[in-house]
Amino acid sequence: MALSDKDRIFTNLYGQQDWRLDAARRRGQWDDTKGLIGKGRDWIIEEVKNSGLRGRGGAGFPTGLKWSFMPKQSDGRPHYLVVNSDESEPGTCKDRDILRHDPHTLVEGCLIAGVAMGAHAGYIYVRGEYYNEHLVLQAAIDEAYKAGLLGKDACGAGWDFDLYVHRGAGAYICGEETALIESLEGKKGMPRLKPPFPAAVGLYGCPTTVNNVETIAVVPTILRRGAAWFAGFGRPKNSGTKIFCIQGHVNKPCNVEEEMSIPLRELIEKHAGGVRGGWDNLLAVIPGGSSTPMLPKHICDDVLMDFDALREHRSGLGTAGVIVMDKSTDLIKAIARLSAFYKHESCGQCTPCREGMGWVKRMMDRMVEGRAETAEIDVLEQVTRQIEGHTICALADGGVWPVQGLIRHFRPMMEERIAAYKARKGSPQPTLPMAAE
Amino acid sequence: MAKVTVDGIEVEVPNGVSVLQACEAAGKEIPRFCYHERLSVAGNCRMCLVEVEKAPKPIASCAYPVADGMKVFTDSEMVRKGRRGVMEFLLINHPLDCPICDQGGECDLQDQAVSYGLDHSRYLEEKRSVKDKYMGPLIKTIMTRCIQCTRCVRFATEVAGVPELGATNRGEGMEIGTYVEKALTTELSGNLIDICPVGALTSRPYAFVSRPWELRKTDSVDVLDATGTNIRVDARAGEVLRILPRTNDDVNEEWMADRGRFAFDGLKRRRLDRPWLRQDGRLRPATWAEAFGAIAARLKGLPGDRIGAVAGELADAEAILALKDLMAALGSRNLDCRTDGAALDATRRDFYTFNTGIAGIEEADALLIIGSDVRRESPVINARIRKRAAAGNFPIGLVGPQGLDLTYRHEWLGEGGATLRALAEGSHAFNEVLRSAKRPMLVLGRGALARPDGAAVLAAAWQVAARCNMLQADWHGFNVLHHFGGQVAALDLGFLPPQGGAAIAPQIQALWLLGAEVDPAAIPQGAFVIYQGHHGEQAAARADVILPGAAYTEKDATWVNTEGRVQRGRLAVHPPGEAREDWKILRAASEALGKRLPYDSLDAVRARLEAANPVFAGPEFVPHGCADQAGPAGDAGAVSDAAFVLPLANYWQADPVSRASATMAECAEVYLRSPQKQLAAE
Repeated sequence: MALSDKDRIFTNLYGQQDWRLDAARRRGQWDDTKGLIGKGRDWIIEEVKNSGLRGRGGAGFPTGLKWSFMPKQSDGRPHYLVVNSDESEPGTCKDRDILRHDPHTLVEGCLIAGVAMGAHAGYIYVRGEYYNEHLVLQAAIDEAYKAGLLGKDACGAGWDFDLYVHRGAGAYICGEETALIESLEGKKGMPRLKPPFPAAVGLYGCPTTVNNVETIAVVPTILRRGAAWFAGFGRPKNSGTKIFCIQGHVNKPCNVEEEMSIPLRELIEKHAGGVRGGWDNLLAVIPGGSSTPMLPKHICDDVLMDFDALREHRSGLGTAGVIVMDKSTDLIKAIARLSAFYKHESCGQCTPCREGMGWVKRMMDRMVEGRAETAEIDVLEQVTRQIEGHTICALADGGVWPVQGLIRHFRPMMEERIAAYKARKGSPQPTLPMAAE
Repeated sequence: MAKVTVDGIEVEVPNGVSVLQACEAAGKEIPRFCYHERLSVAGNCRMCLVEVEKAPKPIASCAYPVADGMKVFTDSEMVRKGRRGVMEFLLINHPLDCPICDQGGECDLQDQAVSYGLDHSRYLEEKRSVKDKYMGPLIKTIMTRCIQCTRCVRFATEVAGVPELGATNRGEGMEIGTYVEKALTTELSGNLIDICPVGALTSRPYAFVSRPWELRKTDSVDVLDATGTNIRVDARAGEVLRILPRTNDDVNEEWMADRGRFAFDGLKRRRLDRPWLRQDGRLRPATWAEAFGAIAARLKGLPGDRIGAVAGELADAEAILALKDLMAALGSRNLDCRTDGAALDATRRDFYTFNTGIAGIEEADALLIIGSDVRRESPVINARIRKRAAAGNFPIGLVGPQGLDLTYRHEWLGEGGATLRALAEGSHAFNEVLRSAKRPMLVLGRGALARPDGAAVLAAAWQVAARCNMLQADWHGFNVLHHFGGQVAALDLGFLPPQGGAAIAPQIQALWLLGAEVDPAAIPQGAFVIYQGHHGEQAAARADVILPGAAYTEKDATWVNTEGRVQRGRLAVHPPGEAREDWKILRAASEALGKRLPYDSLDAVRARLEAANPVFAGPEFVPHGCADQAGPAGDAGAVSDAAFVLPLANYWQADPVSRASATMAECAEVYLRSPQKQLAAE
């Protein structure tokens, strides 16, 4: 059932071959791009729709549908393609390997996506920390320009397309599409209100589509091999191949391109050498990058890795950053660390996220020690509910889901911790309200 | 139009308005902190959450456009939960120092906490505290109280046009400040205090002075510039403690300039609070009877043409009328109200008013500014121009000093008369811009008329207006921008000498100064000077008799702003000491002079006002076109090449009240005399 080598899209994911244009061409990239473009904008969008490709950046929105939101005719404003390569989600490093080992999949994808949405310019927003990766990407773009694959009359297909690389400055929030657009415009990275959506008013007020690196990079291969080929992998509505990033307590952490809907257990055991100390030593898995709620072992036993299956278990595929935690893990501490991350990365715009994340983080810190009352677990849960869904962007949601997942599946562990603290030190000293309060 | 159902109430609202506005149309109040109807939408406080049918999550009503058939619920469980949650979050890091907070009693957070707050805190962690920032002599900051609504940032950037405020850091560490610490360089900074929904930005001069419920509030009009800003004077125990703007969309929207707001402490200092009489070369305190006796002794029998009268820039219409009537009774026509020497032509009202109207600026589509620093002469009108400029397609040309920062982009056409002549002749490139506009307007600064060729400047400006399509049957684009609240009423009452005459001439033997700051050197030697006013400056020092008058907060009076809008100011506190309302002083003096004026009550004075000029009876202001293109007397070709000099070099101390104000002195010190240090980062 596993994906065979011939069906891999990223054939140089591990950097065993050269990333440059010649080597990329030998791997089949830039093959008849002119022909693909020649089939027209509608054909491209239709193919992408038929392939069932869903956005690889976390939300899983159908890509073809997203592209079709772009105005068919320009009203005088230019259209823009923006590629989100601000890959900052803890547990995710798939785009990084595409950028450094297979950049031409992305560059070619940008051109095709640009044609599909009527854009003559594309911006790739690369995470600031990806310094070497951005050098490789820029070199790949330069090569493509030199070979006539980009720029005026790109690939000789009669479409002008310019591609620019922009480096971020290290803010997680700039991975949110509208914050990314703000940042690209030179402003502070703060998410915009929606509506209007970027397809109507985006970069510099012009119609814009923001896509993840992986989403764009798989498009040329889909077009070359056919929508049906891509749709043949995975379950319906969750089709295609996907790069999984497996890390944590596994014997061989790795990035691997696999078929969607592969069972989690198979994924870990086949590609990552299994859980450290055997499957029975597994405690929990965060299946989709830090912002998805964790799954305890009994769910991990048979869950499938795709959007819908994970959603059934009130988690999500996210960016498919699989964080495996064995029984040596202090789960509360792990989640407290994530809470600290989200507190630090909150942009500070919306009240619930700005104020709530600090509250959650501080409560989680106490939960790590057990310096709390049992009833405070409920308070913590309520606070996360007060944050969730009340903000402009999804950072707040992603920031509280891990805590909710912890409480949902491991509440007894938290209560135990509190009881242990009490046995050791007596009831925690309540922070006494001061006169001013 | 879109049909929206709010809590079962169906309302029809225009497409594109926000859900919040639809809820207000249905009579439902939506709590909010960051939303302000005159600022852009930030949507970040999340207090205005409402439930919309079929939406999985509550939506921020301030930022969400309505759709036809939308069903909105403002009081569902989801909404209440959301708002309670937001309120709890706002309060966890907000210091509960209401007892010592100047915002207490008029604090949005306090009010809404009553509706949505919990009665206890579940927050057991450490609270955040933020270092206070310096934003200048007018604004006091207690930044720990800030709820990061960013209203101040948006006000400074959008309305005031000084993008000096912003948020640094992110998340919980987000702080509002000026990046590099400095005083805000805007004349509208006081409005930050009004728009701040909490006690983070409060008034520095008003700090710890009073509680809002202790104040007696009087609606009045500001006269320290010619905008006619509608104000509310808050007083306690006979003392003005603060002045706030009132909303009037036709005049000041809800903004107010700093001088009008903060100069009132000058009303308590250097006041003339009793009559004075010069005896043996020195002024000595006197009684009213002595003062009137001295005046009568000197004026009786003096031929009318030996008597002159000058009305000052802060004189009210009633006093001007009474003085004019008194002078008429004494046989004098030597009147003047142009202390700055501006060559105004009062033969027609549209020669000296802001005909377009302040609200009319928003309908204009091209603007020419001649010899005016609108930003300092009327910060509020300047904000209106900026608002229009921000809407786009509004070319602005300036004839005046180069490099003037008006807070909006403008084209500098030239610095003086040569450029104006070219415009009047129609040979300047900007003429084409004006001609191709449908509703062009020009603003002529009063300062541009206060020069030897002032009459020519006025004629030339009118010629520009006539030539460039500004004078239409339903559009009047010719505007004179005055500087103070008393200047237009005097022109309306014709307080001017006859053709070729002057109030201060060598033959003058007695001079009545109604709050007029006349240069003592210009007064003929030996002339008997009566100074009637509220602040003692150099003209009062020259006086032989001083009659203490009431300042604008101390009398029921009529004021006319630069538009020609007739507004009433009201008595908020009584004049200090023996000072009296000015028309009453004149009425009493007339009695002593045996020329009794025929009015004994305010109503009678006002009836006389209406008889003198019907504008005082009519509606405040009627938008009007130009019926007659004939221009004021004056030779447009005679404009000299001289550059236009801006009259108000010191915005902070431009009138007797602000010159007596300690707050304004501090502002002048900060902004003018010791320029703020530039840091390397700038």
